[in-house]
Amino acid sequence: MSIEAREARQPWILLSPALGAVLFLLIIPLMFIVVYSFWLRSAMGADQVGFYLDNWQKALSDRFYRDILLNTLKIAAITTVICGLMGYPAAYFIARSKGNKMILLLLLMLPFWISYIIRTMSWINILGTSGALNTLLMTLGIISEPMQMLYNEATVILGLVHFLLPFMVLNVYVSLEGIDTNLEDAATSLGATRWEAFTQVTLPLSLPGLAAGGLLCFVLGAGTYITPVILGGPRDAMFANLVFEAIITQLNWPLGSALSLLLLAVLGVLVGIYNRYLGMAQLAKGLG
Amino acid sequence: MSAVTLQDIVKRFGTFTAVHRTTLEIPEGAFVTLLGPSGCGKTTNLRMIAGLLDPTEGDILIGGKRVNDVPIHKRNLGLVFQNYALFPHKTVAENVAFGLKYRDVPKAEIPAKVQAALDLVQLPHVGDRYPKELSGGQQQRIALARAIVIEPDVLLLDEPLSALDANLREDMRVELKRIQERIGVTTVFVTHDQSEALAMSDLIVVMSEGRVEQVGKPEEVYNTPASEFVANFLGASNITEAKCIEHGASVVVEDATFGKVTVPAAKAPNLTGQGPAKLVVRAEKLLLSKDPAPEGVISVPATVETVDYQGQAVRYFVRAGETQLQAINMIDEHPFAAGASVHLHLRPQDCAALPG
Repeated sequence: MSIEAREARQPWILLSPALGAVLFLLIIPLMFIVVYSFWLRSAMGADQVGFYLDNWQKALSDRFYRDILLNTLKIAAITTVICGLMGYPAAYFIARSKGNKMILLLLLMLPFWISYIIRTMSWINILGTSGALNTLLMTLGIISEPMQMLYNEATVILGLVHFLLPFMVLNVYVSLEGIDTNLEDAATSLGATRWEAFTQVTLPLSLPGLAAGGLLCFVLGAGTYITPVILGGPRDAMFANLVFEAIITQLNWPLGSALSLLLLAVLGVLVGIYNRYLGMAQLAKGLG
Repeated sequence: MSAVTLQDIVKRFGTFTAVHRTTLEIPEGAFVTLLGPSGCGKTTNLRMIAGLLDPTEGDILIGGKRVNDVPIHKRNLGLVFQNYALFPHKTVAENVAFGLKYRDVPKAEIPAKVQAALDLVQLPHVGDRYPKELSGGQQQRIALARAIVIEPDVLLLDEPLSALDANLREDMRVELKRIQERIGVTTVFVTHDQSEALAMSDLIVVMSEGRVEQVGKPEEVYNTPASEFVANFLGASNITEAKCIEHGASVVVEDATFGKVTVPAAKAPNLTGQGPAKLVVRAEKLLLSKDPAPEGVISVPATVETVDYQGQAVRYFVRAGETQLQAINMIDEHPFAAGASVHLHLRPQDCAALPG
């Protein structure tokens, strides 16, 4: 074999484990799910093999599913905005701090060392009726009865922000790190105040990082399953909970498949729109 | 009146003193270069003038007014960075117009001023492009246009040529000097490159380890270095241990290699009397010849050890007795070969002397 041919093959050889994993663990199971979504669950409990559109009809026309899908997108959007507002200043602070940058980044990663479920459940100890906050307020005499703070939409959003904030901070941090600090100095030397230099130069240049972090927060938030289960009330179900309900509780795999593909499609369209305007290259940069 | 004055400036970072007590006057309209190796405090001084750093002690005066408490955006300075620092998300014209937005310039006049600045840096047609579409040299011209369009009181240049290729650097050097002379703005230029400093400056401030070693016109610092550091940093010098044996109308120093050398008094200004001294011989003043020198020129036999051929010039390392010396000679034919026996010619008036 010639050297050129070997060199041409080399990338594919190196890529093959990853491609194999994607094929066998993602694409093939996804195909199964596509096939499943056209089957039908009969009254007997056995799945009827065939090409039925009933599941899709139900998923697309039932108001219940539509409302929960819209609510899921709303919660993900609110979470993303809060993460952006809270994450940007933190990322800016880390990017501009001198010397202890590594420690700050380590602190940012520290929560990932603890299970997401445990982190989410920790809010029960803080906000529960006998949790830290209620105990403190009652000890101070501000309230006499414990307040019901848990199990509503706000706590779901709180839990999601807690989970997703580091993704936002890291993405914004990476884009801020790539901005030459001389640019702000140049802007101030030309007459801009520190704030004007920030809004005119640094903020626009860091928007790709903010957008990449926003996309990650939105997609992860919209697909969340654990947070509403632990921190939400009965009416705070998100779309992933419906998929769980259909597949695990009702054992209705065909319907669950159609619902999960619907969420996948909606998020896919949103990512596509994002990609059209901002480009996936930025996301890759943010993750790298 | 001087345009910029540093008065008893000290700058410390924690326990490290970057700039020791320094007083410096920068005359109106002059091109002043802060020259020194990295870490000598030249950039720290520039950043203090710019307002990017606060002095630990002392005052900074611009146009006679103390500006210690004036924030950078109110100092009206033009700042040019080594890495250009153009705003990548703005077009060239928007970059140049940036500073005008913060001044009382009527909106209608901005395009004309931007165009005039682009004309001045000889890039009249790039206004609509983005910085990354330009070459390094072009980007630096735009950075210069952006800094001078605001008609700054002082232009501060922080190693603006260092990121450019060697050939381009020499072109830009001429260009920069031409623009500076044309607009007559007081300029403080920071560089570690002695040839840039010698070529462009009205005044050179040689710095080392946070201290000013010498302030003078290019030919002064070159021909009459005030310290061993200056003699070594600007060009190549041979510095030998010597003794001053006569200090009066003429200064005579004696060293082991060249014997008694009568140095012009003007070239030994810091030598106060008889005693230990140092003889400074520029490498290019030491001529190699196969014949002994005529009367009035010092002649020392030596052996060529190493030949460093550079085209139009050649750098020799020669040994005269115990001493190794450096000589840079122009040549038109063949250089001397290593091992050749030669005579070193040295005119006494080309020597300088320092206190020992």
